[in-house]
Amino acid sequence: MIEVDRKKCLRCGGCVSVCPATALTLTEHGITVNDNCNNCGICVNFCPVEALKRGEK
Amino acid sequence: MKEYDIIVIGCGPAGSGAAKTAAERGLNVLVVEKRAEIGAPKRCGEGLSRSSLKRMGIEFDRKWVRREIIGASVYAPNGKMLRVDYKEGPEGWVIERKVFDKYLAEKAAEAGAKILAKTEATEVKRTENGITVVLESQGSKWKAKSPLIIAADGVESKIARALGLNTTLSLTDVASSVQFEMTAIDIDPDRIELYFGNEVAPSGYAWIFPKGEKTANVGIGVRKPWAKKSALLYLQDFIQSKPGLKKGSILEVNSGGVPVGGLLENMVADNLIVVGDAAHQVNPIHGGGISEGFIGGKLAAEIASQAFEERDFSSAFLEKYNKLWWEERGKALLKLLKLREVVERLSDEELNWLAEYLKGEDLIDLARSKGLKRLAKILMKKPKLIKLAKKLL
Repeated sequence: MIEVDRKKCLRCGGCVSVCPATALTLTEHGITVNDNCNNCGICVNFCPVEALKRGEK
Repeated sequence: MKEYDIIVIGCGPAGSGAAKTAAERGLNVLVVEKRAEIGAPKRCGEGLSRSSLKRMGIEFDRKWVRREIIGASVYAPNGKMLRVDYKEGPEGWVIERKVFDKYLAEKAAEAGAKILAKTEATEVKRTENGITVVLESQGSKWKAKSPLIIAADGVESKIARALGLNTTLSLTDVASSVQFEMTAIDIDPDRIELYFGNEVAPSGYAWIFPKGEKTANVGIGVRKPWAKKSALLYLQDFIQSKPGLKKGSILEVNSGGVPVGGLLENMVADNLIVVGDAAHQVNPIHGGGISEGFIGGKLAAEIASQAFEERDFSSAFLEKYNKLWWEERGKALLKLLKLREVVERLSDEELNWLAEYLKGEDLIDLARSKGLKRLAKILMKKPKLIKLAKKLL
């Protein structure tokens, strides 16, 4: 699953727009990742501030 | 359960454009904005041209202006500058989005729309006679219902997807963008500056938009897979390369995804019209979306008003929106997208070469999708570019 580094994330929500699995949500507290995530990494590639990374599994 | 004619989700320019127009047509409109403050945090360089404001049909007001802009300096990769001077007075402004967005929201409220900030649509469900929306604010939760939803919820476009319309952007269609609002920097305070090149900003550009004598939005947008590192690293490198910026202070940091491609054939479903960034209604050349969103919202409200006359909220009826938007805006934006797709395939050497043939006035024309034939003619001087140039014709 994708991991969010809350210290880097600016909560812009851009990653949500490219997620093909509708796994990301922009909330008041930042980006959350749900079980639909298949760790594909498209959002990691998009993130302007390197706040996302692919998890172990 | 509270019932409305239309629930607009999102109160950026697109939401306000929809709400204002719908309320003017006598419809009972609720607008919900999940953020605590309308217009902040911004995901925007804050440039607004005079012609865009005119197209929006909104009156000028000095209160949202930070700086009047009289032209542009456009830099080729080798540093050659093309100076663009607008002869008919100021071309536009760098604005303060949180003042401007509230100004638009005020206009919508004056027309009769009800606006609620810090209110999030957490669930949407289609029922037999409309859509039920679960709303949450400050710990309280309630339901509202309307036969028609206008989704203006930004690039995330959650509402459209929740109601079965796939608006997911392809990675190549969204500019990964970062911006610092900087001060104590040396800039030309009367001109925007744009920097092009595959080293500086692959498949995008870097910008300096003045907000004062010594203050500006300094940002960059790049696209993957052409960009080889993050937008933030490109921006930091850009600033480091300019002594006049390097010494400055940072007042604000913004990031965002700008949907500069992926124009949608279909922006409607039963009981739903999608507008603004959520529907990828953005100028594909410069990434500006304020006026496109507002107009996209306005046109949606016009179709909505017809839908109420006919009491028909089916996608078959709402498809009129697709037709209207493509006629009014889509065709022009598609032309600009084609132009961009040609220019961004040029190498830095080719861009430098092209800059020798162009004047500032040509850039004004091109930004208005005029003079494409002339550009094609220039490109055809290089045999290697003939195939590419033909895409412009």
